Amino acid sequence: MTQSTVQTQTLSLSPGRRAWLRFKRNKLGYWSLLVFSCMVALSLCAELISNDRPLVVRYQGQTYYPVLNEYPEKTFGGDFATPTDYLDPFIRQVLSQDGNWAIFAPNPYGYKTLNYFAKEPNPSRPTKENLLGTDDRGRDLLAQLIYGFRVSVLFALALTISGTLLGIVTGAIQGFFGGRIDLAFQRFIEIWGSMPELYLLIIFSAVFAPSILLLLVLLSLFGWMGLSDYVRAEFLRNRQLDYVRAARALGVSNWRIITRHVLPNSMTPVVTFLPFRMSGAILALTSLDFLGLGVPPGTPSLGELLLQGKNSIDAWWISVFTFLVLVITLLLLTFMGDALRDALDPRKADQDYQVEGSP
Amino acid sequence: MTLLRVSNMRVSFGNKEVVKGIDFSIAPGEKLALVGESGSGKTVTALSLLGLLGNGRCSGTVHFNGASGTLDLFSLSEQAIRAIRGQEIAMIFQEPMTALNPLFSIGNQIAEVVQLKLGLKPAQAAKIAIELLEQTGMPEPARRANAFPHQLSGGQRQRAMIAMALACKPRLLLADEPTTALDVSVRAQILDLLQALQKETGMAVLMITHDLHLVRKFADRVAVMENGHLVESGSVAEVFANAQQPYTQKLIDSTPTRDPLEAAATPGPALLEAKDVKVDYPVQLPGWRGWFKKGSFTAVHHASFSIARGRTLGVIGESGSGKSSLALAVLGLHPQGGQISFDGQGWGKDKLSDQKIRRSMQVVFQDPFSSLSPRMTVAEIVGEGLLVHHAELSPEQRQQRVLQTLAEVGLTEAQFPNLLARYPHEFSGGQRQRVAIARALIVDPRLLVLDEPTSALDVTIQKQVLSLLQGLQRTRGLSYLLITHDVAVIRAMAHDVLVMKDGQVVEMGPTKDVLDTSQHPYTQTLIAAST
Repeated sequence: MTQSTVQTQTLSLSPGRRAWLRFKRNKLGYWSLLVFSCMVALSLCAELISNDRPLVVRYQGQTYYPVLNEYPEKTFGGDFATPTDYLDPFIRQVLSQDGNWAIFAPNPYGYKTLNYFAKEPNPSRPTKENLLGTDDRGRDLLAQLIYGFRVSVLFALALTISGTLLGIVTGAIQGFFGGRIDLAFQRFIEIWGSMPELYLLIIFSAVFAPSILLLLVLLSLFGWMGLSDYVRAEFLRNRQLDYVRAARALGVSNWRIITRHVLPNSMTPVVTFLPFRMSGAILALTSLDFLGLGVPPGTPSLGELLLQGKNSIDAWWISVFTFLVLVITLLLLTFMGDALRDALDPRKADQDYQVEGSP
Repeated sequence: MTLLRVSNMRVSFGNKEVVKGIDFSIAPGEKLALVGESGSGKTVTALSLLGLLGNGRCSGTVHFNGASGTLDLFSLSEQAIRAIRGQEIAMIFQEPMTALNPLFSIGNQIAEVVQLKLGLKPAQAAKIAIELLEQTGMPEPARRANAFPHQLSGGQRQRAMIAMALACKPRLLLADEPTTALDVSVRAQILDLLQALQKETGMAVLMITHDLHLVRKFADRVAVMENGHLVESGSVAEVFANAQQPYTQKLIDSTPTRDPLEAAATPGPALLEAKDVKVDYPVQLPGWRGWFKKGSFTAVHHASFSIARGRTLGVIGESGSGKSSLALAVLGLHPQGGQISFDGQGWGKDKLSDQKIRRSMQVVFQDPFSSLSPRMTVAEIVGEGLLVHHAELSPEQRQQRVLQTLAEVGLTEAQFPNLLARYPHEFSGGQRQRVAIARALIVDPRLLVLDEPTSALDVTIQKQVLSLLQGLQRTRGLSYLLITHDVAVIRAMAHDVLVMKDGQVVEMGPTKDVLDTSQHPYTQTLIAAST
């Protein structure tokens, strides 16, 4: 008996775990997942990477944490009670006197920071101070991209989760109970799906004050239908399989049959579509921002940057860098989705099983 | 002179060898049967002869005496072997529904072969297609040629497949389980047809099968495969009379033996009593009427029967006879008109009494692959019934019960380390069926509904599972409602038998009486087909 058969005998792998191992074997998808996770993790600590306030300040023997608290300028010997502008040459000079020091974030600009002391007119091309240049209001492009990426990814995650949950619940109800419920729900989906989503968004953004939450709710309301159909089909197939019949014959309740038997066996399309839904959500947010229907002004956003790039075509750095961030993000998600689809492909799973071999 | 000589043939997928160096030969006009259980490599052998394996790697030599001299099939180019396929070597498959293209009429599909291989004009080809269909005994061939596969019965589809295979008068016909997917009474007809056509055309036949009845009836010589090796070959009479290898003996000896609990001649009070059971399914009415009203199709007409404690009622019938619908109705999983009372209780009175019946009436299904959820461990699958009916048990007690029940069906930790945490995919078909039986047994039922419990299993495994069921009946005093299409299973297991055809009960009585002195012609054809 070979090593591998001994291993499969002692170690029992659940189907989910075997799919994960197959996913890991796909180098491109696996590395995409790692890189994307790192990017998200870094963007979540954006305040430590790109911030106009120093992380730590030592001034006259006392330690301040401007990244957490706001200090008036008077604290550091300034004239006003307004919050300190740490990029002001006067404050910089004070903080570099002997005994005093300040540790700045690697990129000393926040997403709202206007660089009043830039040497070039706005938008400024990439310089030593603004590594990727500034936008037309003098805000640092790198900071905008970091925060914009964060907003996009978090928004996409929220939209994916809400859309997936709605899709699973509605699909499960239709597929499991079938009959009249299914029929009624299908007609409802047909009507709901033929509503002009974009115009509704325009109308709503005119009626209500634009906010990320409103956008999330509106997009969720229209984003669940595709997935719902897949889940419904899986439920329709699985509910008439023998193991569900056997559970019914045992007297297991509907709720337990759904959660324990049918749902785990119907998750394949849900999981396969996750990365593609993410990339779809990022694209949707970007396009809405580009049209000016998205997040409220002042929120860092990739779509708004693209619009700026379009308006000031000479400032090539705005379009090029924003475009690169978008392309890389979407590519990574697509690679992950590809790998995931392969990992969950039942035909590949069978092949895998044959090659690994039963004893 | 030989028609086909295979020497040292090996086939492998990835790094797994499936066929491990086999040699055999077929003479012109000879009928060779290749016998073995599933996974023994017999279908792979046939497919590799025609280069139809896709990603499999073949080695060895296959000499074929064709019209244009001797060829080595394994060294031919794709183009050259395409000329052989259909023209010199033809093939028919197990499942005619999937082997025929659903979008073309069968006449069209047969004519295509003739046009392609013989270069005939469409009109001529269509005429020949009808002649070929007539040859295979298809009733009304001219009309049927325009039929699509779904409009034909299983037997007619297989006839169409045979007509297509014989279109170019091949020298060798590969028949891969040609009758397995068909009903018993149709099997005999198809086999007779193949026999007659073989005699008429003088072609050789390589028949791949797991059914030894078929071998005995059909073949001249037999070759037995086990695990990719050819373990024994010889003339049919010789091998059956005097098998040398233990594996061959096991195969021949695998007809299930009768060993049930022979209870007192007068059965006790009835445990399950069914009166006038009628099962309907809604069907779509044609045209606009279907918008407002649903028609109904009656799958079971007024079936009445009873089962006593410790006895087995066998229900036998072909596919579509309504026997599985009857099982679902008895289990209370499908609404029915009529009376079913289990121990004096009927379905649907209230939730509590239904739950009580569920606990005493359990089911084992046919397909061991779809009857276990692939995402649950053995402990979860078997323990489920306890969660429902004995919620008071602690996890340790539950595990104890699960292990006990698994041991009862012959699955132990000693044999399968880490048994409880295993998933169904790690078990073979027979072992999965044992897990399914354990799931049913754990709630201490008094009646088991067995819906074709062994028809998806290999013959030797079938015998083991049946003897397990007989043992359980003896130790636990279980009653069985056994549904099957296989007369041998009924013979081995049932005390009483009920014969169903098109939803009607045509005959009922003690097994011996019904099987030995059957009154109804339908029962007689079933029995004749199985011996």
